[in-house]
Amino acid sequence: MSDAATPLIEVKNLRRYFGSSDKPVRAVDDVSFAIRAGETLGLVGESGSGKSTIGRTVLRLIERTGGQVLYRGDDLGALSAERMRRLRSKLQIIFQDPYASLNPKMRISAILDEALATHGLAKGRRKERIAELLELVGLRPEHASRFPHEFSGGQRQRIGIARALAVEPEFIVADEPLSALDVSIQAQVINLLAELRERLSLTMLFISHDLDVVEYLCDRVVVLYLGRVMEVSTTAELFARPLHPYTQALLAASPKPDPLDKTEIIPLKGDIPSPMNPPSGCVFRTRCPHAIEACAQAIPPLADKGAGRLSACIRDDLITA
Amino acid sequence: MNGLQGITPTTPRLAVRHLSTSFPSEQGLVQSVADVSFTIAPGRTTALVGESGSGKSVTSLTLMRLLAKSANARVQGETAFVTRSGRTVDLLTLPEREMRTLRGNELAMIFQEPMTSLNPVFTVGEQIAESVRLHKRLDRAAALAHAKRMLDLVEIPAAAQRLHEYPHQLSGGMRQRVMIALAMACDPTLLIADEPTTALDVTIQAQILVLMRRLQAETGMSILFITHNLGVVAHHADDVVVMYAGRVVEAAPVRPLFASPAHPYTQGLLACLPGKSHAAGQPRPKRLFAIRGQVSSPLAPPPGCAFEPRCDQAIPACAQAVPPLADSGESRQARCIRVPSLERNAA
Repeated sequence: MSDAATPLIEVKNLRRYFGSSDKPVRAVDDVSFAIRAGETLGLVGESGSGKSTIGRTVLRLIERTGGQVLYRGDDLGALSAERMRRLRSKLQIIFQDPYASLNPKMRISAILDEALATHGLAKGRRKERIAELLELVGLRPEHASRFPHEFSGGQRQRIGIARALAVEPEFIVADEPLSALDVSIQAQVINLLAELRERLSLTMLFISHDLDVVEYLCDRVVVLYLGRVMEVSTTAELFARPLHPYTQALLAASPKPDPLDKTEIIPLKGDIPSPMNPPSGCVFRTRCPHAIEACAQAIPPLADKGAGRLSACIRDDLITA
Repeated sequence: MNGLQGITPTTPRLAVRHLSTSFPSEQGLVQSVADVSFTIAPGRTTALVGESGSGKSVTSLTLMRLLAKSANARVQGETAFVTRSGRTVDLLTLPEREMRTLRGNELAMIFQEPMTSLNPVFTVGEQIAESVRLHKRLDRAAALAHAKRMLDLVEIPAAAQRLHEYPHQLSGGMRQRVMIALAMACDPTLLIADEPTTALDVTIQAQILVLMRRLQAETGMSILFITHNLGVVAHHADDVVVMYAGRVVEAAPVRPLFASPAHPYTQGLLACLPGKSHAAGQPRPKRLFAIRGQVSSPLAPPPGCAFEPRCDQAIPACAQAVPPLADSGESRQARCIRVPSLERNAA
């Protein structure tokens, strides 16, 4: 089914609505992107942009409303529960909050053992594997007998990473894995993720609101706003020359850690609209400094703006070379 | 400009000297804040920077005398706060009744989470009006009118209508605007802002920061800005105080601090930012600089410098005694015996 040209993960017209069918919350609306094997794709956006919902829908932790998620060309949504369960060892997730995602009553050995048992590793080999995993994430084998509360936030996130890696996945969704951590600990975990990604040839969907981290860790970036894709680009091009007005505003609003950087921040007006009642046409038009009448008429397609860069904006006249 | 009366630009609005706050616990005394000294100039912003457990929030709550009685905090040190009328008072020893007058009339505070700081069962207008009536002795109608002016001041659209809404009807950014309106209602001379934009999205954060800067320019109030976000510090602070494990490790004006951080912890903190790891257009480095290890437990602090166990520049003497906070250059201080300008004095 798969060859070198097939992306490892392909998301096609993904939709996830919540609530009543007459006025649903459109958390994810018509989202498409692909992730090549070995690539780290960043998913950025503010609250309500749908980034976490996409991460969970891709892994079928929540079911989609429409569209497809292809893994090596196979539609995950069409798989039986049994086949999906077996496939889960290839598809794992790291959660944001290392305090909430580890069972406080279980020792670390039990937390990791559960993951190994679920995916069928023989009992005799598990103890050895647990020690291996702890060393892989920079902890010590003797940590296995401790409980989550005995660890700091950074160490807990290492345990969360060890649990995801226990079953030798190919693909990892990392859902804001750094945002609960202090800056100095963040750098340690960023280095760990980068190192493991290389050693284990992992493919990653990296969900974050922190643009600096995304710029450092990701190969390509998908920018979301109110459940829709605004722009897709390689990281270098996105940060050097953002095309979509929302990406431009997002980058401009994020203060650089440099007091000599005199880029004046002109904040966007207003709030993010309700996903229950999104604006007609372009969902960003109500806050866009460049909106014209035509922006309210039709949803702008995610179109190629040259050199493989995709942007969902009709104001091509604003693009300068 | 009424915030500047009775105070010369060289007198700090607030000077904090040798502030220490500790809490008894079952495992022993927890020293949350130890020997903290800094100043906030009139009309300027001092940022208090540090990671979790560095003592920055306890410092602000100690200054506002808002620590829970049940916490049995032991507070030492002194402060000199210059009021609007030019009187100098010590916030730590002022009688409770006077302190209550000061909070709201001179001192105001905004917090990280506006939803938990606002009362969910009262309208926005009622909450602002209540505070105005307490501190300014206005009647109900006048207080509500004042509340509306405050909502206008913080650029809340359709203020007359918002006045009658409850906190849950507002977005996160609007709630933080209401918190700021509440804080500004009594025209404070010192605003303590404890991570005011941490819970907000980056485009909303930008709105709130621009608003705070505008209000400061208009009123001349001083701001103590508590944050862990060094990007926000770089753009919105005049002076920076860096805390680590309850102590000030470095204090400097913002530009020199970022240009030449003196303390190894400040150096590490700036070096490990992914946004500073490479210049625009340059390839990213394979590894980020990372400060090794983690903060030691406040129950078992190291005998010497608290940062010594994680410091690449440590020498045996660093583990012997807590280094003093010493002048390390023009308007700069550092608590480290390895800073070149301080090494000679130590020798």
